[in-house]
Amino acid sequence: MSDAAKKDTPEQAEFRAHCQQWLTENHPGQPNVHIPQGALELSDPDALQWLKQWQKSAYDAGLIGADYSKETGGRGLKDCQAIANQEMQRAKTPFFPNIIGLGMAAPTVYFHAQESVKQELLPKLLSGEHIWCQGFSEPGAGSDLANQQTFAEKKGDTWVINGHKVWTSLAHFADWMILLCRTSKDDKYNGLSYFVVPIQSMIGKGVTVNPLIKLTGETGFNEVIFEDLVVEDKYRLDEVGAGWKVAMTTLAHERGAGLLTTPSAGGMVMEKEKGAGIGNAMSLIDLAKQSYRNGKTAADDGAIRDSIMELMIRQEGFRQNQRRIGVKELNDHPMRLPLQFKLVATEMGQDIAQLAYEIEGASSSLYVNDENAAAGGQWQLAYMNSFGVTIAAGANEVQRNILGERVLNMPKSK
Amino acid sequence: MTQPKNFGFGVDEAMLRDSARKFFADNCSADKIHSQVANNFDIYRDIESIWDKNLWSQICELGWTAACVPEEAGGIGMPVVAAVALAEEAGKAAFPSPLLSTFNATFALRACKSDAATKVLGEIATGTSATLAITNQKGSWEAQDTDVTVTDGKLSGTAWFVQDAKKVERLVVSASTDNGVGLYVVDPAATGLQIIADGIIDLTRDQAHIVFNNVEAIEVAAPGNGDKALNEALPAILCITSADIVGSGEWLLQTTTDYATVRVQFDRPLGFFQAVKHPLVNVMLAVDQTKSLVYNAACAIDSEPEQAERLARMAKSSASDMAVFSSSRSVQFHGGIGFTWECFIHVFFKRQMHNHVLYGDAKYQRAKLADMLMGKAA
Repeated sequence: MSDAAKKDTPEQAEFRAHCQQWLTENHPGQPNVHIPQGALELSDPDALQWLKQWQKSAYDAGLIGADYSKETGGRGLKDCQAIANQEMQRAKTPFFPNIIGLGMAAPTVYFHAQESVKQELLPKLLSGEHIWCQGFSEPGAGSDLANQQTFAEKKGDTWVINGHKVWTSLAHFADWMILLCRTSKDDKYNGLSYFVVPIQSMIGKGVTVNPLIKLTGETGFNEVIFEDLVVEDKYRLDEVGAGWKVAMTTLAHERGAGLLTTPSAGGMVMEKEKGAGIGNAMSLIDLAKQSYRNGKTAADDGAIRDSIMELMIRQEGFRQNQRRIGVKELNDHPMRLPLQFKLVATEMGQDIAQLAYEIEGASSSLYVNDENAAAGGQWQLAYMNSFGVTIAAGANEVQRNILGERVLNMPKSK
Repeated sequence: MTQPKNFGFGVDEAMLRDSARKFFADNCSADKIHSQVANNFDIYRDIESIWDKNLWSQICELGWTAACVPEEAGGIGMPVVAAVALAEEAGKAAFPSPLLSTFNATFALRACKSDAATKVLGEIATGTSATLAITNQKGSWEAQDTDVTVTDGKLSGTAWFVQDAKKVERLVVSASTDNGVGLYVVDPAATGLQIIADGIIDLTRDQAHIVFNNVEAIEVAAPGNGDKALNEALPAILCITSADIVGSGEWLLQTTTDYATVRVQFDRPLGFFQAVKHPLVNVMLAVDQTKSLVYNAACAIDSEPEQAERLARMAKSSASDMAVFSSSRSVQFHGGIGFTWECFIHVFFKRQMHNHVLYGDAKYQRAKLADMLMGKAA
């Protein structure tokens, strides 16, 4: 029996068996299009279509939304999403394209939207038919998220929205956006409200989406400009002025510290990138054995060996932290470990990729467009992309403020 | 075999840990420990072993030394995580006692699997303290290395870096013969035995080298089995030491964040400044990573023994780095007062400095891990 299966409830055990059987019979196999490292790098519509089809089939089989109520398109089970996630990881499936929808929009809508809106939006979100994006960051509101300038003005029964959002991943494909904006200029925090707004169907009718190019050369994020976009009042989440509170639900889930487990798949490696094992410290050993340094392999170099072990220890520690979150007796402060998740995961990923870059030696100068690049140049790409996640979702400097203030009770740095 | 999700840390273990918390809160405040162990700042003071024997007998009455002695030897038979939890609390109090040494000896004796060892374990269960004398003059942490030899069942030579030597009632000594290394139990009062105290930095421990001159000994692991037993016990020993570091690290973290909240400079409490706040958060990350690794490794000893050495070396590597990091940041962020004898920080700082090297520092553990996971370097 596997570690994870050890203490399943009868409902969980039955669900796990279902997941395993379905994945054995329905794994989508290798795609005929190039799939990037993650959903936030999606730019090819064919790749999107292929991944949407995968998400739809996993949704139809119940592997997405297991813990959501039946009325909102889920299965109404208890603590089963984590089981589907484990089994999908084990089966090395592709990732889901609607990552922002599943990870951030869905729980926020679930906890804060009116019932009819939940029933309207969540089934298509979970199935991946609708792709979602997140409208939080602005040119003047990055780490200082509450400094929102995008403004929603009430006109009769509707809201009229004007403003400028940036770094909006997936907006070029998105059907819907979760939007934080200002409804009052009188109070920084209590002047914020939270909406869900249509994007694709309103392009040219108050919505403009322009691509931004990342430092890697990939597209995947955008700026979104609102000019008198009209939104129905029912798409407001929670009360007017409660936007900051609603945003905290989104951010808690984004940082892995929310109440609902995010449906998440992954582990599949593209054929030509096999052996790269991006994101896993263990794969640095093979990379070191294939790389040369000072007349020997990099795996014979004492300093490289020490650095690889250091990262493998961090990776095991991170894994064991996640396990310890579930043991109440070994947590004196309930939020201490959950709030570390984003910070630790993203810096570890960055450091693993950076060490891979170093291990590759001269070959690390080669990029994904060179056929001689080690591991297809994927480590170099992963290193550069890793800054996306150490900056996004509240830069890690902000995460350290949050931890210092909320967990260690030090004075606020503002 | 697989590990239970809760690290084997169940209701009984939590109760034991909570009772230890209460015991240390009632009896071992930092100011009390400081006034006890740091009452003489003379750098060339006489070497003494300062500890409260009365508290130690209370601990023995509470059954802590029996926790990890198997039931068939007269103990409670709790998993290794129980001893780890007690060591963590002892570290948080910087408690001077032979507790950790007695745990280490317990795990070495358990690995001997002999009747003679079982008998000594029974004594430990009723409160007899013990320590390991298994290190040579070069400070090797390898089980087969010893400067003590056995002739006709009697020990001669010197064991070095023996922890809590002046406090304990039994020594578990590794000694070599032509047929390999064996383990022997010796009474510290035995004829021909001389304990020479080391002058050490840590105020909360004592350490010594012990000279044996034809000393009577009880064989608990026959020649050829002693180093095997020590290697089997090694993961537990690494976990116990690392757990002490976790407790000590947590005390340093909490004490320094408290200070950063009350100490005002430039009209602001220190913790307002991110140059102070962010490194303290990093200390917390290091403490938590280590704590998770320690409970994971301790759990592996009972439920996944084939993984125990790898996971315990990971834990000690993380712990040793954190020992240095947590103590250095605590002194630094206490500023001028942190550099004084009067501030309690130095007691924990010195305990962490001592802990960091015991049974191998971080780089040593990583070198051993690399050999395990990557093969030896060419």
